[in-house]
Amino acid sequence: MKSRSSAIVMVLYLLFLMIPIYWLVNMSLKTNAEITGTFSLFPNNLTFRNYQVILTDPSWYMGYVNSIIYVVMNTVISITVALPAAYAFSRYSFIGDKHLFFWLLSNRMAPPAVFALPFFQLYSSIGLFDTHIAVALAHCLFNVPLAVWILEGFMRGVPKEIDETAYIDGYSFPRFFVKIFMPLIASGIGVAAFFCFMFSWVELLLSRTLTSVNAKPIAATMTRTVSASGMDWGVLAAAGVLTILPGALVIWFVRNYIAKGFALGRV
Amino acid sequence: MQKIQNNRAWFLVLPVLVLVAFSAVIPLMTVVNYAFNDTFGNNEFFWAGLEWFDEMIHSDRLHAALGRQALFSAIILAIEVPLGIFVALNMPKKGFWSSLVLVLMALPLLIPFNVVGTIWQIFGRVDIGLLGHTLEAIGLDYNYVNDPIDAWATVIVMDVWHWTSLVALLCYAGLQSIPQAYYQAAKIDQASRWAVFRYIELPKMKGVLLIAVLLRFMDSFMIYTEPFVVTGGGPGNATTFLSIDLVKMAVGQFDLGPAAAFSLMYFLVIMLVSWVFYTVMSNMDKAEAGQ
Repeated sequence: MKSRSSAIVMVLYLLFLMIPIYWLVNMSLKTNAEITGTFSLFPNNLTFRNYQVILTDPSWYMGYVNSIIYVVMNTVISITVALPAAYAFSRYSFIGDKHLFFWLLSNRMAPPAVFALPFFQLYSSIGLFDTHIAVALAHCLFNVPLAVWILEGFMRGVPKEIDETAYIDGYSFPRFFVKIFMPLIASGIGVAAFFCFMFSWVELLLSRTLTSVNAKPIAATMTRTVSASGMDWGVLAAAGVLTILPGALVIWFVRNYIAKGFALGRV
Repeated sequence: MQKIQNNRAWFLVLPVLVLVAFSAVIPLMTVVNYAFNDTFGNNEFFWAGLEWFDEMIHSDRLHAALGRQALFSAIILAIEVPLGIFVALNMPKKGFWSSLVLVLMALPLLIPFNVVGTIWQIFGRVDIGLLGHTLEAIGLDYNYVNDPIDAWATVIVMDVWHWTSLVALLCYAGLQSIPQAYYQAAKIDQASRWAVFRYIELPKMKGVLLIAVLLRFMDSFMIYTEPFVVTGGGPGNATTFLSIDLVKMAVGQFDLGPAAAFSLMYFLVIMLVSWVFYTVMSNMDKAEAGQ
């Protein structure tokens, strides 16, 4: 009895989540005439034209390439600098550590809207405007603090005795860190990388502000569908569907860690 | 865990410090600079002191945006947190279904913000959207472009759609850590379902729940892209939240001074509330470690 009511709740909730997405997929497979002309739950004349437009036009598909480039760069940078810092926070107490930790977290709380204009000026003045690295660095603003926070949670779960034993065995710090410690928190690193990927992938305000042509993210390219001849709903929907796919792939790979990951290592 | 006192740990933190200083402190100082100066272009700045702050503190526009923002965040938390807990309690615990449910639930979280906006913009439209069309068909006069109430409802439902899973997944992680023995003990004591929730599940979820509230508060308070895509802040100013107003002011009207003063106060409000959450959270960590 109990499990049946649970199942009903879950089915209803998942329907609520999936129907809007289904509608987007449905629209992406229709022609514009059908979208605006008739109202149907299924595409009557199945067409892949909308996808074809995107996948054959470099100004469209380069948007995906750009997004993926800066997201990967950001993830690598964030994790690389966050690892030693998280280790320091989880193992040592030092002057100002608590204040520093909160200051880091406070950057995660900074509204991107506050930073959009200064970022634009900063990166323009050092000649990084419209490059992938500019977006990657800008996204570090909220991803590095998050990565430190997550990794610190996972590292706290590793007993300190392991470090001490390794040092007694003659391991130097870098060798111990890479050879012994990192494998121990591999799932934590995966989770942190997942979150960096996620927040960098979904962010638009900063990435749009910092790019114009060469590094323009797909999400910004999508605004192109409004043209003089009206809205190209079909292509817009197809572009939307294609932005969901990378996320879906990543989730599938980390599905076994997802629950623990969402608790940021704190259960 | 007992931590070792060692100030050389600063060296390990240094890379983060340099990076975040570059991507946070420099831009923030630019904002501070604007906030205290007036400019007429040509990179000439004149000291304005607290003038902009004074103007902003007494600005009706800011008060209205802040009011809308606070109401929005309050509604979001009031819906998403209980709903998230409820969903988490009903999630399958293991097996194939559990993986599938997890993946499907996490899906909205990885959709770019403006695509979320686009999805709901399309979904809610009366002419081509399923939601708008259905509501119209059953006789409701629904139009999120012209009606403020409908616009609010759409933005709130969209946010619930987008983020409830985050709360649910966090709670689910908390629930997974409860040993089966607790439930057996409760069964022997013939505890009611409510008692199990109140005395076993809720205390175990407390930590993750606080993270959920913290994240949802921060992100809903900074929300920009999704409502901007769906309603553009309209109709009128009905859904112009703080970030939307700020971008309008800074980029649209190029009122840098007031916008910068606004930014700083905005940041302070978020930080203040987050600091309260953070303090509560670290006190809880300490209490747990002390047990």
